[in-house]
Amino acid sequence: MDYGFTTAAYVVAAVLFILSLGGLSGQESAKRAIWYGIVGMGLAVLATLLGPGAGNWLLSVVMIAIGGTVGWIVAKRVQMTEMPQLVAAMHSLVGLAAVFVGFNAQIELARVLRAKAEGVQVFHGFAAVLADKTPAEIAMLKIEVFLGIFIGAVTFTGSIVAFGKLAGKIDGKPKKLPGGHMLNAGALALSVLLGILYFTGVGPAILWLILITLLAFFIGYHLIMGIGGADMPVVVSMLNSYSGWAAAAIGFTLGNDLLIVVGALVGSSGAILSYIMCKAMNRNFVSVILGGFGGETGPAAEIEGEQVAIDADGVAAALNDADSVIIVPGYGMAVAQAQGAVSELTRKLRAAGKTVRFAIHPVAGRLPGHMNVLLAEAKVPYDIVLEMDEINEDFPSTDVVIVIGSNDIVNPAAQDDPNSPIAGMPVLEVWKAKQVFVSKRGQGTGYSGIENPLFFKDNTRMFYGDAKDSINKLLPMIE
Amino acid sequence: MDTQGGNWAMKIGALKESFEGEARVAVTPSSAGHLMKLGHEVFVESGAGARAGFSDDSYRGAGVTVVPNASELIGAVDVVAKVRQPSDDEIRQMQPGQTLISFFYPGQNSELLALAKEQGVTAIAMDMVPRISRAQKMDALSSMANIAGYRAVIEAANNFGRFFTGQVTAAGKVPPAKVLVVGAGVAGLAAIGTAVSLGAQVYAFDVRPEVAEQIESMGAEFVFLDFDEASAAQDGAATGGYAAPSSPEFREKQLAKFRELAPQMDVVITTALIPGRDAPKLWTRDMVEAMKPGSVIVDLAAERGGNCELTIPDEKHVTENGVTIVGYTDFPSRMGAQASELYGNNIRHFMTDLTPKKDGVIQHNMEDDVIRGATVTRDHDVTWPPPPPKIAAIAAQKPKEKKRELTVEERRAAEVAAFRADTKSQVTLLGVGAIVLLLIGAIAPASFMAHFIVFVLACFVGFRVIWNVAHSLHTPLMAITNAISSIIILGALMQIGSGSWWVVLLGALAVLMAGVNIFGGFMVTRRMLAMFQKS
Repeated sequence: MDYGFTTAAYVVAAVLFILSLGGLSGQESAKRAIWYGIVGMGLAVLATLLGPGAGNWLLSVVMIAIGGTVGWIVAKRVQMTEMPQLVAAMHSLVGLAAVFVGFNAQIELARVLRAKAEGVQVFHGFAAVLADKTPAEIAMLKIEVFLGIFIGAVTFTGSIVAFGKLAGKIDGKPKKLPGGHMLNAGALALSVLLGILYFTGVGPAILWLILITLLAFFIGYHLIMGIGGADMPVVVSMLNSYSGWAAAAIGFTLGNDLLIVVGALVGSSGAILSYIMCKAMNRNFVSVILGGFGGETGPAAEIEGEQVAIDADGVAAALNDADSVIIVPGYGMAVAQAQGAVSELTRKLRAAGKTVRFAIHPVAGRLPGHMNVLLAEAKVPYDIVLEMDEINEDFPSTDVVIVIGSNDIVNPAAQDDPNSPIAGMPVLEVWKAKQVFVSKRGQGTGYSGIENPLFFKDNTRMFYGDAKDSINKLLPMIE
Repeated sequence: MDTQGGNWAMKIGALKESFEGEARVAVTPSSAGHLMKLGHEVFVESGAGARAGFSDDSYRGAGVTVVPNASELIGAVDVVAKVRQPSDDEIRQMQPGQTLISFFYPGQNSELLALAKEQGVTAIAMDMVPRISRAQKMDALSSMANIAGYRAVIEAANNFGRFFTGQVTAAGKVPPAKVLVVGAGVAGLAAIGTAVSLGAQVYAFDVRPEVAEQIESMGAEFVFLDFDEASAAQDGAATGGYAAPSSPEFREKQLAKFRELAPQMDVVITTALIPGRDAPKLWTRDMVEAMKPGSVIVDLAAERGGNCELTIPDEKHVTENGVTIVGYTDFPSRMGAQASELYGNNIRHFMTDLTPKKDGVIQHNMEDDVIRGATVTRDHDVTWPPPPPKIAAIAAQKPKEKKRELTVEERRAAEVAAFRADTKSQVTLLGVGAIVLLLIGAIAPASFMAHFIVFVLACFVGFRVIWNVAHSLHTPLMAITNAISSIIILGALMQIGSGSWWVVLLGALAVLMAGVNIFGGFMVTRRMLAMFQKS
């Protein structure tokens, strides 16, 4: 097989990947889009295995088979509520793979240069690509290797920490070592310094790279440790983006256009997701990454009134009377695994001829689109699951709103109280409905530690208890 | 706090209304049942419920003792319940310490008030129940106003010789009736709801701009008055949710608007009342004259002189130009069964508050806003007017910022400015981007630039494509980008075959991890996408 065939296959694969991402614009076309992605990936791998440069493909096939089996099993078993953890874990693999590939590039480069000096002229495989490079190109290559390894390493540890936080294995609260961001800045400066040493060829190149990797590991770990649980949608999107940029950097190193294209696609996708998430929280990207909420801007408004509790009978009576119902799910629904019960409630209410819809805030849950996936899993039809902008105007004409396990995204203080830490964040205006029921474990503030005036409003009733149990109690009472 | 009457069950009795034509009754068989649950004994005067459709037997069936006449009833009970304000004669028969619950209107009935004081009667005025959320269930004014509003539309329809709803029939087209409701209090809103459900085209006016939202929510169109809000807007919160008198300028504007509307309207229902005053004259003689023959005016304020100049209280008459003016003052009584049911419930809820322990013992708690507000005489003392309630009736409304309608030129100017700003930012971005690219091109080798172009274009395509991804598919998007970012496997595959065993080892590990990702990522994406179902 010659080089032309490989390139042709790459072009087709790149087009397929773009179509695959573009297909995600609608639920129906998405089902086709996934196949574009799979075919594109298959084509790319096959073309590389058959094309020039590849050798030892027996080992490759064995490794792919082992890895594939593991991936298959994990994907089969994972619960939909565990999706955020899974995505984070998978990012870490891409990051580490990028680090390894970067190291390999340097090892090969050193070998090729040595061999060249000894007068060997015939190389094959990857070495042949390197052997053809001019000194300027080699300098460029070193920058690319540095970037690939650095970003890959940050992605690796960052994703592992994110995984730990999302899976509840690490405490979700922001934590920093003494020195805070100065430590990160110092580590960054040191890695740039080592990068320059590596670039100029002073001293042992591999050692510098290993040190850079260790520093990057530290930055990834420390950066994500400092970010709280509810900011995870931004973090996961950001890591997604990084894994893309790492792939693109490696693509430059290897002179492989497909890697560059896909890396750029993934990188920009993650960047846009991060942007959307930040906008939904009315926070800027830098402040999310630097962790925690900014300084206090003044005393938050005092809340008057009391939280009035209600039992399942009351909620059921109101639901039986209502014509239109909107359900606002949040991370609490995922924690309580209540999506099945919620779906059953929806089915019963719809069977009784009521309009039932779901209002999804962009940052509900721990992953962009998390709630949509959970509801889809529980067989809630996607055409009644609406975005914030689509449904926010409908609250005043709604009889009953049920808030399940969300807090900050329905906090009226974001609009009313300029001193609130979340002032200006777009929120779902549930309080405009005739009646609001909040299903919650107990009195207490949400992730951000902000009191929610919604709970004190006249038309709000608190429905305390585990979300799943509460909804299950309602089910037999719905006529 | 004190206790009246000791430890035996309190006796409550409902009088037959002495007012001519009054059909309502203060206790119904169903509300009697609830009263008995509170531990009270219930009495009723024979024939009290007859006009509302409740026979003596039905009362007996509910466990109520039927007493032959009024004096015997008053003699037997501790609490006398009535609908209309009591006659002098009725009050004189009462004993000190007895409680009277009825409409009382202490503001207009100072003589009656003095009489009740003299007799030592504890008088609870159902019309004085403060308008706070907690007291809504005993707000008899609202429940009666609701009935009046409904009935007003029914009376109007009865006297209007046409359909309310628009129809297109084989015999011809019928336009919908146009109904104007003046005053959007409880009665007004009820009238709007009823008229809308009959199919009429409803317009509504109120001096309180904050009710515009309520009017629109009932399906009517708010008649907007172009007036400087600072002097005209009254905050409903300050007056306990009722309208306050308006300034002369405002009134002029308002009348001019009505004059403009009068010829178009088929039905006008006026409900404007200001607490403690005669009804404002809003529908003048010339407006009536401007209306089409066959039109109907229903004046719900007739009892207080009427909103319409030509209203004759308690009468229906037709003007020279064929406009029917209904001035009945007994709309709730015309729906005796319904009105008694609701009024009975109001009384029952009030008794619930008076009997907190449900043991048949009345605790007349004068610290309670609601009980204090409604009590007008007690222990030979006039306790009216009450001190202002501790809780404001309605939270103060923040003045709404009025959106100014932009003129065409202003809008165009804004559009042009936005377009310019857009162009400017795009050109700046492109310029900076181009300079950066040129700089990179100046130092980087040509082979790098070839790849770099691919990179920049891919980023561009990526941004374009990703913006179109549906929000609900963001999780699948992450999973699929995750899967395809394992394209890094290509790099590992290329390296695995060459060089030292280190390279082979690292390459093999990279292939392994990427393999996990490819299969895991695509598999999980497929699982998720398969779950999205249309209803």
